[in-house]
Amino acid sequence: MRGRRVAAVALRQWFLIRGSMSRIVPLFAWVVVDVVLWGFITRFLNSFPSTLYDFVPAVLGAVLLWDFLTRVMQGVTMAFFEDVWARNFLNVFATPIRISEYVGGLVTSSIATSAVGLVVMVLVAALAFHLHFLTYGLLLGPFLGVLFLFGIALGIIGISIVLRLGPAAEWFIWPLPAIISPFACVFYPLTTLPPWMRGVARALPPTYVFEGLRAIVLKRPVPVQSLLPGALLAALYVGLACLLFVRVHRYAVRTGLVGRYSAETVS
Amino acid sequence: MVRPAVLDVRDLRKAYGRTVAVDGVSFDVRQGEILGLLGPNGAGKTTTINMVLGVLAPDAGTIGIDGVDLAAHRSEAIERTNFAAVYAPLPGNLTVEQNLRIFGMLYDVSGLTERIGELLATYDLERFRRTRCGVLSSGEQTRVSLAKAMLNRPQLLLLDEPTASLDPSSAREVRARIREAAARGTGGVLWTSHNMHEVAEVCDRVLFLSRGRLLLAGDPRALPREHGKANLEELFITVAREPLTLEGALP
Repeated sequence: MRGRRVAAVALRQWFLIRGSMSRIVPLFAWVVVDVVLWGFITRFLNSFPSTLYDFVPAVLGAVLLWDFLTRVMQGVTMAFFEDVWARNFLNVFATPIRISEYVGGLVTSSIATSAVGLVVMVLVAALAFHLHFLTYGLLLGPFLGVLFLFGIALGIIGISIVLRLGPAAEWFIWPLPAIISPFACVFYPLTTLPPWMRGVARALPPTYVFEGLRAIVLKRPVPVQSLLPGALLAALYVGLACLLFVRVHRYAVRTGLVGRYSAETVS
Repeated sequence: MVRPAVLDVRDLRKAYGRTVAVDGVSFDVRQGEILGLLGPNGAGKTTTINMVLGVLAPDAGTIGIDGVDLAAHRSEAIERTNFAAVYAPLPGNLTVEQNLRIFGMLYDVSGLTERIGELLATYDLERFRRTRCGVLSSGEQTRVSLAKAMLNRPQLLLLDEPTASLDPSSAREVRARIREAAARGTGGVLWTSHNMHEVAEVCDRVLFLSRGRLLLAGDPRALPREHGKANLEELFITVAREPLTLEGALP
């Protein structure tokens, strides 16, 4: 694996983002909208005198962590879509780049773009709604780590779908986080779900993060080991997603899809 | 003395379902040689080029690039190639310099900044250094693609109709530069074109493909006479319309 090729994919994304407001604004605009919307909702919920639950760290915090996961996924898919939109597959895949280097470049881009969103959300939540992420203590790092890995896995699954089904399939990708969120127990405990949904929820790494987050808010002990299944599952999903992308790429090379993606090049 | 092959293709075959696009094609490109790959639309030229570029897997056969087996060592083999094709322009939302930098990094070109400067001068692109490729004319975009194709001084250069969108003056300059590069370096060129005058001027040897099979091979200046034709264009038309009359012409 050559770092220079990984850097080339990430540098391309940097060149595109720095010169385009339409790429810069989405990095933080939706995050700000979510902070403001859910900040006021949670403030309103906290105003009920009978409430024993602090909704700001429980719900607003959950929204922001879910936003982080979504940004990570979109960091991968957006960098890939740039090649789709520019009809650049033939140029890129006819270079010596390996699949691991290409995916590495997409992940590097995602780290940078999701970090921007994370910084903005932390600042706005702290300044406007006094939500300090340090409230979650040392578990914040593992929380972000698990969500980051799962976001990467979702992103790689998303680009595999688009590579296999064609550019129009990008509309399958955008709603992925929304489809998963009811099962991932972002806003409610696992016990709220019916038994069949609990099985699905336990197979999703974010469930362990959000269960941990609510336990912290309720001042219950949360041992780091309780996140271990989530971390292992997230790593497993990243591995499976990479295998899926490799298989789809092999299919694309076998059928000529890479060439057809940029133009009808197969004589 | 026979110069070593920079591209060695043996028994290459590719089918899409029941349609056989390339059927048992074998050829080589020698150091310093410009080989023309000719044939009517649908003959299998681009399918062959895509297989040599590693973006299309053959059903059978082998491809060796500068002695490296493409199937076993794709990345190492492709490092020795580069290509320009009229249907694969560089991203229009990046500037000329940005595109050359990114592809230079993908090909792991050393001394990249200096190399970009040389190529901008060679292809008369200096004034477009910070211009997005999407706003260039098609001829200027072709020159950018050629500059990208030369970034890594490839041992094997694949050019699919490289002068298709150039005016005659620019096309002549481009042909001269590619000939110079082929004569100066140790690399070879695989060139497709529908411009038979260009092929006769540039190519040392040509191959005619028809319906996925190799039909004729030889010197583009001698081949028409050998088959009773006045020029290469007439021979091309015969290949396109009456390929059966030329079956068995290969030695």
